[in-house]
Amino acid sequence: MIKRHIRLRINGQGHECDVPSNKFLLDVLREDLGLTGSKRGCDDSSCGACTVLVNGEPEMSCIMLAASHEDDEITTIEGVARDHQLDPLQIGFTVEGGAQCGYCTPGIILTAKSLLATNPNPTTEEINEALSGNLCRCTGYTQVLASIQRAIELMRQEPVRSVSK
Amino acid sequence: MVDSREKVTGAGVYADDIRLPGMLVGKTLHSPHAHARIRSIDASRARALPGVYAVATGADTPVKYGILPIGHDETIFAVDRVRYIGDNVAGVAAESEALAEEALKLIRVDYEVLPAYFDPEKAMLAESNLIHDERPHNIEKEYHHHFGDVERGFAEGDLIREDRFDCAEVTHAALEPHSTVARFEPDGTLMVWSSTQVPTYLQKTLAATLGMPEERVRVIKPLVGGGFGGKSEVIPLELAAAVLAERARRPVKITYTREEVFYAHRGRPRTIVDLKTGVRRDGCLTAVEARIVQDGGAYCGYGPVTLLYSGQLLNAMYDIPNVKFDGFRVLTNKPACGAMRGHGTVNARFAFEAQLDRIAAVLGLDPAEIRRRNFLKPPCTTINGLRVLSYGYPECLERVVEQSGWREKRGKLPYGRGIGLAGSHYVSGAANPIIRSMMPHTTVRLRLNTSGEVTIFTGAAEIGQGSDTMQVQIVAAELGIAMDRISLVAADTARTPVDLGSYSSRVTFMAGNAALAAAREAKTRLLDASARALGSTPHELRMEDGKVIRVHDSLGLMEFSEAVRLAAGREEYFELSGSYSPPAEAQGGKYKGAGVGPSPAYSYSAQAVEVAVDTETGEVRVDRIVAAHDCGKALNPLAVEGQVEGSVWMGLGQALQEEMLWEKGRLMNPGLLEYRSASTLESPPIEPILVESNDPEGPFGAKEAGEGSLAAVIPAVANAIYDAVGVWITSLPITPEKILKAIQEKQKSETRNQKPPTA
Repeated sequence: MIKRHIRLRINGQGHECDVPSNKFLLDVLREDLGLTGSKRGCDDSSCGACTVLVNGEPEMSCIMLAASHEDDEITTIEGVARDHQLDPLQIGFTVEGGAQCGYCTPGIILTAKSLLATNPNPTTEEINEALSGNLCRCTGYTQVLASIQRAIELMRQEPVRSVSK
Repeated sequence: MVDSREKVTGAGVYADDIRLPGMLVGKTLHSPHAHARIRSIDASRARALPGVYAVATGADTPVKYGILPIGHDETIFAVDRVRYIGDNVAGVAAESEALAEEALKLIRVDYEVLPAYFDPEKAMLAESNLIHDERPHNIEKEYHHHFGDVERGFAEGDLIREDRFDCAEVTHAALEPHSTVARFEPDGTLMVWSSTQVPTYLQKTLAATLGMPEERVRVIKPLVGGGFGGKSEVIPLELAAAVLAERARRPVKITYTREEVFYAHRGRPRTIVDLKTGVRRDGCLTAVEARIVQDGGAYCGYGPVTLLYSGQLLNAMYDIPNVKFDGFRVLTNKPACGAMRGHGTVNARFAFEAQLDRIAAVLGLDPAEIRRRNFLKPPCTTINGLRVLSYGYPECLERVVEQSGWREKRGKLPYGRGIGLAGSHYVSGAANPIIRSMMPHTTVRLRLNTSGEVTIFTGAAEIGQGSDTMQVQIVAAELGIAMDRISLVAADTARTPVDLGSYSSRVTFMAGNAALAAAREAKTRLLDASARALGSTPHELRMEDGKVIRVHDSLGLMEFSEAVRLAAGREEYFELSGSYSPPAEAQGGKYKGAGVGPSPAYSYSAQAVEVAVDTETGEVRVDRIVAAHDCGKALNPLAVEGQVEGSVWMGLGQALQEEMLWEKGRLMNPGLLEYRSASTLESPPIEPILVESNDPEGPFGAKEAGEGSLAAVIPAVANAIYDAVGVWITSLPITPEKILKAIQEKQKSETRNQKPPTA
């Protein structure tokens, strides 16, 4: 396979790498850029553990060709905390038990982040709908939901911070 | 939780996140046949491919292994026979995944296909072409237990009910696929990082299969992305990575694809339960007899243990004077089954609790009442030798009856809606180790530094259930210091003392008790040393808020770090350890098979489930689950609730939709969507209730929380469906098709029995 020189913009940082043109974004993140927070739980976009944000929208990086996202702004779990300050969602998952084994957690946090960016006060049904592509085998989702709801509360208490993201 | 931050930031390291210099990618060649003899393997072309560093086949790895000492029937790669589609034939290590896959295609295997067995009841009839030559009739193991006299018991009963239950095979499907990295150090030490629940057993098996001293094998467990039993025995990739690393002289990583995870399996076997129960008119059970057949797949694995759990815990949450159990673990040409959350107990519990409701219906008893009439009266020993000290089941049942609105709803909801309840229980750790020995089941070592920092060295394997946090909490509570002054070195066989692993829900009870013993010993030393310095006596002092405090006026006399300095003498730190082994009284009877089932303590659960059944489509919507769990004492209520919710949710999946669909040994649904792991949209809210029975031997009274709640939800759903639409479904999963068929048959038989309605 012929390698191709690509430029990616991830978590606000530019990266250049030579990758085969059929290489998936998840593999480029994990293998070429050392961003292993995005997880592989399946091979066919059924679990959501590999979710990243592409221009703010949750996408499954295990089925995205890296080379076709040169113009996009990509956010991975490594880019969610700013200046070592946890995002309200990360705090929510820390205090409400939403992360048991933690393997689905990065994908769920990114999906929830995208939801809250456009809908800061979602109903339970809206949260469940948004998360329906992110599987978890540990929690039964009850504490995942509580973690997101805690984050929403934190964002209400700290509106300045959530606006200035 | 102490590991939350690394999990929410993506900084945590799981096995597949590890990359070492020079690391190769390992891949496995799997059998395309369910049963075949290997005539020859030609791997020369694969070996010659540039970029391929190692190829290994059965000829290179003939040593047999297995998790049970009585079940060494596997080799790393098949030696002369493959026994299921997916069986391991050869391994390669290459510079890239693509090269490794190309190399696999170059391996030529000449197979002679043999007759295969896919149904356990048919496999049991086989006289020839056995799956393992030394297992007549393909029976891996059978047990026959008889306590009391069931014939007399049935004679004393006013009602005897017999039913057959058939429960489909299900699997753990932990979100993290199995992954292992192996590297040989220059001094010959083998380093293995693996997604395992049992670092100690992995170390032993690596040493035995590779012919190395155990001390030269170092297993490190990084973060593990869920186990549920699927990582509680040695999985072939863990050994294959080491063999390939040895041959390649470079580090090798193997990570399974999701499809490989489904075939590696070791989940809950298909189980056929023929259950006969006798009961007096007043609801008191007089006898229970079960014939249980488990479809074990092609290798032993944990099989005999799974089978014994199904018999040993069948009766043990109720007071039943006569019990008979005939169990058969049968070999078939499918991947081996093994331990899955609620190990062995789940399908038997479904059968028992569902049949109990049918009995209650005939006798006109409230399902809650028939359960009350058969409660144990602890402290007691069950008829099969299980010692029960704490028993929160009655409280679980009453709390569920109250919170669910049972009295107002049962039998009173409109047609199509219903409520059901059921109970379950589970061990807080197996009282007997897998490899019998007099050594402690677990040891925890503490290092107290004169800076006031404490380090816990523990072999316990955190797999997401919160065991690291639990140990930190116990030590912090006992020493009266903040949790952030405690760090943890865990699950590294070269650095940490032995713990048998995260299986049988043993960690809180056993590692918790060991941590508590170590912390108590440390506290004694600290109080002795500070009392000497203060001219006081130890019982006049206590440890709290990071200080040594005078009891009578609560005055802080000394910093914790100063107490450590006094106790350490001239050293920078002092170390001590605590251990736990279950007491002899908890180790069960002396009959064959008595070793499985006994535990120092048992958890109990009761659950009520409310459903709505669409009578046009047979679809079930679960509206509400109230789940009470007797965890002894909730050391970390948030974590315990998370365990209960997760167990209930996983049981609900088995009840309604999860199933391994086999077609002549080939899995039809080896993907998470096809397997139908529930999403948020199919997952009802779960209301956990924590019941604290304060077990006299548990650490601060604690018992298990991670498995016992799984089983009850399944019969509770079945019983709720009966309440909703009047049909009993006796096979799992309870699909819309089965419900619809049962409703239609019921309507037909009612029409036959009634005069036609007049217009």
